[in-house]
Amino acid sequence: MQLTRRQTMALGTAAVAAAALPLPAFAEENGWEKVLAEFTGGADVAEGGVDIGAPEIAENGNTVPVEVAAEGAAAIILVSTGNPRPEVATFKFGKFAAGSSASTRIRLAKTQELIAVAKMADGSFAKGSRTVKVTIGGCGG
Amino acid sequence: MAKIKPRVKVPRKAKAGDTITIKTLISHPMETGLRKDKKTGDLIPRKIINKFNASFEGEEIISVDLDPAISANPYFQFEMKVPGEGTIRFEWTDDDGSVYDIEKKIKAA
Repeated sequence: MQLTRRQTMALGTAAVAAAALPLPAFAEENGWEKVLAEFTGGADVAEGGVDIGAPEIAENGNTVPVEVAAEGAAAIILVSTGNPRPEVATFKFGKFAAGSSASTRIRLAKTQELIAVAKMADGSFAKGSRTVKVTIGGCGG
Repeated sequence: MAKIKPRVKVPRKAKAGDTITIKTLISHPMETGLRKDKKTGDLIPRKIINKFNASFEGEEIISVDLDPAISANPYFQFEMKVPGEGTIRFEWTDDDGSVYDIEKKIKAA
């Protein structure tokens, strides 16, 4: 069987995630890999260099405080691997931004891994991830 | 629906070269479009703020593309390097095309 580049990358991340946490990994696919691939345009993504600040356990998935930070980033995309839709937010830093970091509050449907990919000023990409446990999911109804 | 009211917290004074923290909040339900009306079972149509940006004298500080995963009453905190006196303009764009804005002046310390 021939593996495409994307499949290979997906396998890699899945293996990392599966090793890191004993979840039923990616039982529900929400298409986050595609969103990241669109953001990077298929370029190589270096591991590390992007920090996601979030509580280890979020009691209320309706409003989870999250911070993304990547030194020297021009833009950072944040995606969710366990929400019905993968996109969370894309931050772009302009001329007067001091440091490339921003905080917001997000909805998480269930315990999952968050992934942030930063586009650096020189055009390279870096990635960071963080697992957040959610007690009560935030997608209502 | 509750009135949509933007609020921002910016230091009134700052020296050129200072780094300041800016906090913004806007009251908005951020309806995801995935929720169902409990009585009728119909989907409640999506209505979110899909774009936020802050600029200083027309030059961008930060812009954010928001998706439905952003909580109701979107909150943002970020840092800015102050080049001098001037006005910061904050804009939120709604799915229905409305733009909510607010301006804050920074004076030299």
